Amino acid sequence: MTSGGIGRSVSAWAAGAFALFGGAAWANPEPNQLNMTKGVAEWSPYAMHMVALWVCVVIGIVVFGAMFIAMFRFRKSRGAVAEKWSHSTKLEVVWTVIPVIILIFLAHLATGGLTSFADTTNSEMTIKVTGYQWKWRYDYVDYKGKGVDKVGFMSKLEETSNRARQLKSNLDPAKIQVDGYSTYLLDVDKPLVVPTDTKIRFVIVGGDVIHSWWVPALGWKMDAIPGIANAAWTKIKEPGVYRGQCAELCGQDHGFMPIVVKAVPKAEFEQWLAAQEDEAQLQKAAQTAQAAPAPAPQG
Amino acid sequence: MAHAATHDHHDHHGAPKGFFQRWVMSTNHKDIGTLYLIFSLTMFFIGGAFAMVIRAELFKPGMQLVQPYFFNEMTTMHALVMIFGAIMPSFVGLANWMIPLMVGAPDMALPRMNNLSFWIMPFAFLLLLSTLFMPGGGPAGGWTMYPPLSLQGESVAYVIFAVHLMGISSIMGAINIIATILNMRAPGMDLLKMPVFVWSWLITAFLLIAVMPVLAGAVTMLLTDKYFGTNFFNAAGGGDPVLFQHIFWFFGHPEVYIMILPAFGIISEIIPTFARKPIFGYRAMVFAIASIAFLSFIVWAHHMFAVGLPMGAEIFFMYATMLIAVPTGVKVFNWVSTMWGGSMTFETPMLFSIAFVILFTIGGFSGLMLALAPADFQYHDTYFVVAHFHYVLVTGAAFSIMAAAYYWLPKWSGNMYSETWGKIHFWSSVISVNVLFFPQHFLGLAGMPRRIPDYNVAFANFNMISSIGGFWFGASQLIFLGVVIHCVFFSKKKAADRSWEGAKGLEWTVPSPAPFHTFDVPPVIHDDELAHGNTEH
Repeated sequence: MTSGGIGRSVSAWAAGAFALFGGAAWANPEPNQLNMTKGVAEWSPYAMHMVALWVCVVIGIVVFGAMFIAMFRFRKSRGAVAEKWSHSTKLEVVWTVIPVIILIFLAHLATGGLTSFADTTNSEMTIKVTGYQWKWRYDYVDYKGKGVDKVGFMSKLEETSNRARQLKSNLDPAKIQVDGYSTYLLDVDKPLVVPTDTKIRFVIVGGDVIHSWWVPALGWKMDAIPGIANAAWTKIKEPGVYRGQCAELCGQDHGFMPIVVKAVPKAEFEQWLAAQEDEAQLQKAAQTAQAAPAPAPQG
Repeated sequence: MAHAATHDHHDHHGAPKGFFQRWVMSTNHKDIGTLYLIFSLTMFFIGGAFAMVIRAELFKPGMQLVQPYFFNEMTTMHALVMIFGAIMPSFVGLANWMIPLMVGAPDMALPRMNNLSFWIMPFAFLLLLSTLFMPGGGPAGGWTMYPPLSLQGESVAYVIFAVHLMGISSIMGAINIIATILNMRAPGMDLLKMPVFVWSWLITAFLLIAVMPVLAGAVTMLLTDKYFGTNFFNAAGGGDPVLFQHIFWFFGHPEVYIMILPAFGIISEIIPTFARKPIFGYRAMVFAIASIAFLSFIVWAHHMFAVGLPMGAEIFFMYATMLIAVPTGVKVFNWVSTMWGGSMTFETPMLFSIAFVILFTIGGFSGLMLALAPADFQYHDTYFVVAHFHYVLVTGAAFSIMAAAYYWLPKWSGNMYSETWGKIHFWSSVISVNVLFFPQHFLGLAGMPRRIPDYNVAFANFNMISSIGGFWFGASQLIFLGVVIHCVFFSKKKAADRSWEGAKGLEWTVPSPAPFHTFDVPPVIHDDELAHGNTEH
C-alpha cells in the first residue's frame, strides 16, 4: 500500500470512528451504537463523559505503552540483565502529583454539572412520576403557574411487545417497528406528552418498590422510592419521541416497563393539555350525574 | 538456614491417614487452605453455570429459555455465589496456605477456629443454593437485597441465615489472619519486610472485621422487617428504604476492596519474580493499599448517586471516590516500573499478572468515569457498570487467583503444571473475557439497563458477541480444571524447592511439595533471601 493509500485509509477510519464516537446524536438506541447519546435536553452529561473518556484513553496509551515497551526491551530471551534499582522518590512524586492535577480538573467540571442539575427552581411546569410494578403513572401537577385539573394516566408496555416478550412466543421482536426503528420493549400504550423549550420539574416517587425513571436522551435517571419525593428537571430542545426504561431492578417484569416521552412544541402541548382537561371534566361530570341518585358519592 | 528447620520431621507429625480425620477434623493450615481452594473452585463453576444461563437467555432478543423471575434468581445467585463463594474463600485459601509459609510460622494462630471457619461455608452455601429448589424460588431481588423488593421474596430467611454464616466464617478467618501475622512471624521478619501479599491480607482482614458485622446488621433488620413487624425500611411505617442502601454500601464498598486488595498482593509477588527485579517502591505499595482501605470507608454513596442525595453529599462522595485513583495509580505505575529494567520471562503466572495490570486498569478507568456523578446519572444501573465491575472482578480478582494458583501449584503439589496448557488456558481466557465484557461498555452507553432478561433489537449484536465470549470464557475454565488435576495427580515433572528462577521469600526455602509441617523451629532469616529484605529500597 502506498503512503497515500495509508493516509486515505487512516482518514477514512478516523471519519468512521468520529461518526461512531462523536458525530451522531442518537435520541434512541441504534443498532451497534458505541457511545452515549448527546441527548436532546439543555442539561447533558455528554461533554463530561467525553472529557473523562479521552483522559482515560490518553493515560491508557501512556501506561500500556510503557508496559509494552518494557515487555519488548527487557526480555530475558533478548539477553536483558535485571537492574537493581527499586525506588525513585522523584518519579513517585511526579506520578502522584500529575493524577491529582487531572482529578482536580475533572472534579471542577463535574461539580459544575452537579450544581446545574440540582437546580430545579424556576421550572414552568411540574409532572409527578410514580413507579409501580410494572408500569408508570404520570400526573400533571401544574403548568405555567396554574394547577392542572385531574390530568393523569398509567403508561405501560404496549400490547404487541407484551405478546412477543412472553416465553417461547415465537413472535419476531425485530418486526415490531415504528418508522423503521425497532420499538420492541420500548413502546407504551400512552406516552408522556411534554412541551419543548420548557423547564419541566419532575417529582418522582415509588408506589411499591424502588424503580428508576430513565430516558437516556434526557441525560439522567432518578430513583422512584416509596416514601421519598425526588426532584429532577429537564428542558427539551427538540420535538421528538424519546424512549427509556426502568433502571432499578423492581421484580419479574423490570425489563418490561418502558418510558416514552413525546416532546411537542408548546402550542401543540397546550392544545393537548386542554383536551385532556376537558376529557377529565367530562368524566367527572358523567360520574357526578351517575352518582347523583346515590346518597353519598365518594370521590 | 531456613531449610534445616523443615528437615526436622517426626513420623508422628505427618498427615493423619483417615480421610475423615485428615480433611474434616483438620487443623493444618495447608489442608484447610486446600479445602478452601477446592470449595471456591466448585463455587466458581456453579456461579459460572448461572452466568451461562444469563448469557444464553440474552443471546438474542425475545424470551427463549427461562421466565423473567428465574432470570432474576440467576443474576442474584450468580453474584452471591461468585462474591461470597468463589472470590472471597479462594483468597482465604491462599492466605491459609501461604501466610504461615511466608512469615515463617508453623501454622495459623488459631487452628481449630480455622477448621470451623471453613466448615461453616459448605453449609451456608447448601442453605443458599437449596432455595432454588423450593416453592417460591430463590432470592430474586439482586445480591444487594434492596428492600422493599427483596422482602417480596419467600426465601428471605434462608438467604439471611446463609449470609450470617458466611459473615461469621469471614470474621473468624480475618481474626485468624491478623493473629497469625501479628504474633507468629519468625524473628527478623519485621512488618516492613513482609511480602506485599501478607500486608495486603493484614489490611483486608481489618476491613472484614469492620464491615461484616455491618452487613449482618443490615440483613437482620431485613429479617425483622419481614417477619417481626419492624419498619426499619418500610416507608409506610415511618422507615426509610434508602437507609438500607446506606448501611449495605457501608459494608459493600469495603467489600469490593476485600476482593481486590489480596489480588494487589499476589501481583506484587509475581511480577518481581518473573522480572527478576525487586518490587519498585515497596513502602509506597504498602502505603497505597492502606490508603485505599481507608478511603473505602468514605465512598459508599457513590453506589447511590441516583437515589436523590442532597447535592453536598453527592459532591463529597464524588471527590472521595476520585481520590482513590491516586493510590491505585501509584500501584499500577509501580508494577510497570518493576518490569522496567528487569529480565522478564513470561510463564503462565506472569501472563495472568500482566493481563491483570492492563485489564484491571481498564476497569479502573471506567471506575473513574463512574465516579463523576453527573455522568453517572447516565451510566448508573446500565451494562456500563456491569462491564466495569466484571473488569475489576473477573480480569482483576479472578485472574489474580489464577495467577496465584499457577505460581504456587508447584509448591503445593510438588509437580510442575503443563506450561503449554497453562498458556492455552491463558490466551483462551484473556481473549474470550474481552469478547465477553468489552461490548458491554457499548451496550450500557447505548442505553441498556442491567438485570433485564430481554432487550430492544438495537442491542442485539453486542449481546450476541458478549454471549459468545461468555460461553467461550466458561469453556476455557475447564482447561484450568484440567491443568490443575493433571499437575496434582499426573504430572511427571517434579518441582524444585525454588520453583521459579527469580522467586524470593521464605515459601521457596521449604521443600516442594511443602511438607505437612513447616517451620516447627523458626527459620533464621537472611534479608537477601526475602523479596523485600532490604527496606531501604
